[in-house]
Amino acid sequence: MSLQTFEFVRDTAPLESAGDDPLHGELMELNMGPQHPATHGVLRVKIELDGETMRHIEPVVGYLHRGKEKSCESLGWAKFFPHTDRLDYVQPLMNNVAYALALERLAGLVVPERGQVIRVLLMELSRIAAHLIYLGTTAIDLGAVSMFFNTFKERENIYTILDAYTGHRMNNTYVRIGGVFADVDEAVEGLVREFLERLPAEIDGWEKLLTRNRIWYDRNRDVGVLTKEEVLAWALTGPNLRGSGVEHDLRKAEPYCGYERYEFDVPVGTVGDCYDRYLVRVEEMRQSVRIAHQALGHLASTRGGEFLAEDRRYVLPPKDRVHTSMEELIFQFKIVTDLRLPAGEAYHAIESSKGELGFYVASDGTSQPLRCHIRAPGLMNVQAIPLLAEGRLLSDMVAIIGSLDFVMGEVDR
Amino acid sequence: MEAAREASGTVPRVDAALAGLEHVWLAPRDGLPAIAIAPAILRAVLERLKSRAGFESMTFISAVDRLPAVPRFELVHQLWSLAHGDRVRLHARLAEGESAASCVDLWPGAAYMERECFDMFGIPFAGHAGLKRLLMPDDYGHHPLRKDFPHQGIEPDRLYREWDRRRRAAWHPREPAR
Repeated sequence: MSLQTFEFVRDTAPLESAGDDPLHGELMELNMGPQHPATHGVLRVKIELDGETMRHIEPVVGYLHRGKEKSCESLGWAKFFPHTDRLDYVQPLMNNVAYALALERLAGLVVPERGQVIRVLLMELSRIAAHLIYLGTTAIDLGAVSMFFNTFKERENIYTILDAYTGHRMNNTYVRIGGVFADVDEAVEGLVREFLERLPAEIDGWEKLLTRNRIWYDRNRDVGVLTKEEVLAWALTGPNLRGSGVEHDLRKAEPYCGYERYEFDVPVGTVGDCYDRYLVRVEEMRQSVRIAHQALGHLASTRGGEFLAEDRRYVLPPKDRVHTSMEELIFQFKIVTDLRLPAGEAYHAIESSKGELGFYVASDGTSQPLRCHIRAPGLMNVQAIPLLAEGRLLSDMVAIIGSLDFVMGEVDR
Repeated sequence: MEAAREASGTVPRVDAALAGLEHVWLAPRDGLPAIAIAPAILRAVLERLKSRAGFESMTFISAVDRLPAVPRFELVHQLWSLAHGDRVRLHARLAEGESAASCVDLWPGAAYMERECFDMFGIPFAGHAGLKRLLMPDDYGHHPLRKDFPHQGIEPDRLYREWDRRRRAAWHPREPAR
């Protein structure tokens, strides 16, 4: 799906105008972060400036490193779920699903249909919430303060839905190996439907504010251009890949959770600049609304079905039965403390809002995980900052960091 | 892709590209095409996979520490091809202190992956200019994802105490160091 584009007449002067200017030539080192509002977390960027031109850039990561992969090895498979919430903390349920899918692939477990539909619904709501964060924070960094309040208002509505379903606004941990923790009831479906019906009009309103806004256009168009070859070689995925015109989406290429049954388009950009990545993310929100509507339809047709697999080697028993049955209590205890997955390794990747979020899990058959590697798309996005920003003006840095879209909890793990 | 994966665990294109280089097809539980190679031919395999088999992107580089086993490390590279729509995973066993070939010149995106692997496991990558720690502080001195590194950490506040001592010495010279 190609996006509708248009062109303003450009009136900006070419960047390089050094000549005999005495202000050029002397390099100054500028430190941005780790506590800077435009770095979206605790990212530190060392910038060597020549006047206002960035000559050399070095991102420094690790300020939020909590040793998640090591924690998985000490906690065990089942108890690591709450930690995945804290990776990309604007989309906790998406991380839960990615981790659960990797474990299910290792165990050879099949999730019941209703469980898959609930997961798809949660993932698309998470994707909208994450893109709203991108849109609000990038816009406020570039001076559009009201966008921040508009998007955060809608994001709050998503959290109200998740609160009604899971009992938490953030860090929900509602996905389990083999399905989800609880069924979605009709009251929650009503909240989702109401939200989905209102959101497209809101997106149209934001596009009226931004898409043809002269300042937004000039700050984003032709800034941070990525070619198709660069995107692939630098391991960028997700909206950053699609912004450069590559029509690739893991939901289409390697479907999981039954995504092959949903109808949606994959938006792609033409130039590969910050503006294209903005257009792609806005269109992805509309497509997520489409998918979520279809998921609601599937929920209605699978009402009353199982949402958690019945395999007591790996899957926790439902909580109400744990409280009434001795056997289920024992299974609960065994799975939480001593979950053993078959020896071997498995990789599963999902299309998260930032790109390809993959878990590589290796087990030796004991209850202690051998390895859990998190393939974080955000780390690759941070790595590409120098590629995009070197040679450009300092003020473009904010647009580039915003458009690459990363969350430091996932970058540093 | 699912269909191709179920039909057989091998990819003929990869076999053709790696003609003459010894490689063994594995059957991992996820069904992804995976091959085991010797670390000595890692560089040649990666070059051929890029130039002849068309793997445009490196997905991740990581390692598994199988400590009692010898050699202890299992280095894992996973590649992805957009044009062919498939992935391949490489497994190479490395002894402690043995270095692996860097592939930053083939895939610039591998730079952070190799730095993280070096940081967490202490596996050096030969040919990587600027190979330094990624997530841990430069003067940390340990490799946390090794199996012989304790889960509680080693001297968790050593770096903080050193920094605090330097700070106090600089700002309050008369105050005795703690």
